[in-house]
Amino acid sequence: MIINGNVPEGEIQDKWTKHKFNSKLVNPANKRKYTVIVVGTGLAGSSAAASLGEMGYNVKSFTFHDSPRRAHSVAAQGGINAAKNYPNDGDSVYRLFYDTVKGGDFRSREANVYRLAEISNLIIDQCVAQGVPFAREYGGLLDNRSFGGAQVSRTFFARGQTGQQLLLGAYGALMKEVEKGSVTMYTRRDMVDLVVVDGHAKGIIVRNLLTGELESHSADAVILATGGYGNTFYLSTNAQNSNVSAAWQAYKKGAYFSNPCYTQIHPTCIPVHGSYQSKLTLMSESLRNDGRVWVPKTKRDKRKASDIPEEERDYYLENKYPRFGNLVPRDIASRNAKEQCDQGKGVGETGFAVYLDFRDAIARQGKDTIKEKYGNLFDMYQRITGENPYETPMMIYPAIHYAMGGLWVDYNLMSNLPGLFVLGEANFSDHGANRLGASALMQGLGDGYFVIPYTIGNYLDSEKPGKVTINHEAFRQATENINTRINKLLSIKGTRTVDSFHKELGHIMWEKCGMSRNETSLKEALQRVGELKSEFWENVLIPGSGKELNQSLERAGRVADFFEFAQLLLMDANQRKESCGGHFREESQTPEGEAKRNDAEFSFVSAWQYQNGETPIMHKEELSFTEVKLAERSYK
Amino acid sequence: MGKKLALTLKIWRQESNKAKGKFETYKLKDIDTDASFVEMLDVLNEELALAGKQPVAFETDCREGICGCCGAMVNGHAHGPQRETTLCQLHMRLFENNDTIIVEPFRAKAMPLIKDLIIDRSSLTRIIAKGGYVSVRTGSAPDANSILIRKENAEAAMDAAQCIGCGACAAACPNAAAMLYTAAKVSQLALLPQGHPEREKRVSEMLTQMDKEGFGNCSNSYECEIVCPKGISVTNIARLNKEYLRALLN
Repeated sequence: MIINGNVPEGEIQDKWTKHKFNSKLVNPANKRKYTVIVVGTGLAGSSAAASLGEMGYNVKSFTFHDSPRRAHSVAAQGGINAAKNYPNDGDSVYRLFYDTVKGGDFRSREANVYRLAEISNLIIDQCVAQGVPFAREYGGLLDNRSFGGAQVSRTFFARGQTGQQLLLGAYGALMKEVEKGSVTMYTRRDMVDLVVVDGHAKGIIVRNLLTGELESHSADAVILATGGYGNTFYLSTNAQNSNVSAAWQAYKKGAYFSNPCYTQIHPTCIPVHGSYQSKLTLMSESLRNDGRVWVPKTKRDKRKASDIPEEERDYYLENKYPRFGNLVPRDIASRNAKEQCDQGKGVGETGFAVYLDFRDAIARQGKDTIKEKYGNLFDMYQRITGENPYETPMMIYPAIHYAMGGLWVDYNLMSNLPGLFVLGEANFSDHGANRLGASALMQGLGDGYFVIPYTIGNYLDSEKPGKVTINHEAFRQATENINTRINKLLSIKGTRTVDSFHKELGHIMWEKCGMSRNETSLKEALQRVGELKSEFWENVLIPGSGKELNQSLERAGRVADFFEFAQLLLMDANQRKESCGGHFREESQTPEGEAKRNDAEFSFVSAWQYQNGETPIMHKEELSFTEVKLAERSYK
Repeated sequence: MGKKLALTLKIWRQESNKAKGKFETYKLKDIDTDASFVEMLDVLNEELALAGKQPVAFETDCREGICGCCGAMVNGHAHGPQRETTLCQLHMRLFENNDTIIVEPFRAKAMPLIKDLIIDRSSLTRIIAKGGYVSVRTGSAPDANSILIRKENAEAAMDAAQCIGCGACAAACPNAAAMLYTAAKVSQLALLPQGHPEREKRVSEMLTQMDKEGFGNCSNSYECEIVCPKGISVTNIARLNKEYLRALLN
């Protein structure tokens, strides 16, 4: 089936303005009669809950943390893009739009991307007014820096803690509404099911993580802002508790899942070093502004970096992509690192690392300047690795970072299930097959502050408030199903821990469906994931009970969902027999080894529909490009 | 690969707030010095689970020192002995072979224990709810560059704004005070013009809430600054007091 993104008519510059005008307004006196559930309190969730609360809606906000401030948006380092053109270097809304569509390798929906670029400036205004301490110049104006995939400086930043500062701003706005009483905050709650009544999303079931109790919450609309699925790969830059479960339960209730094979591999992470390792820490992409990426020209060169003379170093990004150099987009930087390591030129004990060297930048700008720009990142690197990056080059390697895929949404950010809205990383819409640096924060806040407040009225206007209560049969049924599942998990009492299954799943996914994929590896992975999933349901060991704080049980539920989701990801990767952005199919490359798209056959968004455990059905949303001309993405 | 350590761990185990807690002793072998402290606890928990025992409950999420979830007293130091380091960023290379490590939860009346090393820090969130923000309605902000801010002030505001809300300051304080925590937010917004319209109300209400939660007050021990994983300075407490005085006089 071909599905429709409900993009408004008209010139791209006018679509959002007209759409806002044509959108239904809910009478101010009626707003408080509508209850809206917001799941997740990262940038998208907090900003949405705060804004909807301010508007007068009755909002319920849910997080599995003890406080909204801990959502993983907090970890974003580098910055947030906007088309302010403050540096006067030729930026514009159109250029940000253009760069994002091109950066996404022509697999995003043009109208959504244009809107994102259009509202980007409002986000900066909003955050500055909230007291977000962005970097400043001596004249008191806001400072900008450049980032991968762009030739202008449009990134606003607060040292290496931009995500933290933006989240604290949104968290403040949210707590203001909690204090006022328009938002009720539910902490330490894990969403375990979506409740659908007559095809409409009307509530959720959450598990109270302290008591194990299942709670029902009904609403007139449900917003999921529950982040990405990077932890399917076990080792990633995601937080330990980040998971796909909320989105996955929505999928199993009928919401389409789009482009799950689009996973972003971030080029600058601290490499893998041991089997106990739980996390791959990201080093902000902004480091590539001043750091130079290189490997020794000779294979298996075991000399120390400082002993390798200049002429024996290969600055492969600068040589291969002279226009963008070290600032090529993430997917290209990642793939090239892998290529160098596969050729035997990787450095470090494992050979799976490349150098990111600040020697020249320190010589040119002085150690103090470098320290001011990246001090906290350098300190973090030193704490983790025990090495001093002011003296020896950093060692980096790509790692799973961001999920461009997610639940399918239309222009209103509503899924195919009426009443279910999806914001931020959890939806699929704006980044195509590859996200540019500093665009995730922009999208999360854009969706929450400036899109959903306008578009939710289009749905609510047609709904009678309070139509469904928790006494509805659907809540009882969902609760019973969840109880059955929890009891099943606890009754297995097998011999393998949840973590050991998760690690093995991640290993299969990274090896067979990581930075490059081919039909054979994907089919093999599908089989092995299926076998491992069966073993999980027969042999997992979960200590404790379901009626208490039980972290093993929390993880088990999430890993069970990762298994099912991994199968969908592999299927999607298999059907997309082209390379685009973060999805590199070995069968589809240019003679130089660059990703080769196949626009004739694959210029679409996949949208998978659940079929009760049978093979899911794939629908398509065709992508048309009226503004940005389809072209081979070149950064040379 | 790092070197391998054998360790003796003495960890506080407590089923719930009402149950009686005690130290349990565990032996671990072959802990890699490149592992983080929480990864070492992961290894312990895998062993406990396989031996049919209850894993140690502890909070951890981002594992890059920014979410503020993790935290424990390690040999008497909040977040362990290394300065400006959260528990998840503390690495085992700081310990010696055959060390004994004592691990306890953060303790403060206003942050009661939930289970093992997990505590309830919702009191910290309630302090923010009383004014740790600028009241700005979505969409009502002026152009970002219409507000000029001295670079020095922006930097000082950022120094204060880095607080991760972990509660180490209160855990280390002899009075179990949350002064550094509260001061960090009050300071950030006092240093920026955006925070000025609400400054008197903010400082009064946040301090009132801090007292109500059962946090103590500052008596200048400065333990908080030493354990703060973000190195937030006690000069922010001085600024908080100045703001409070200003509010009283206005």
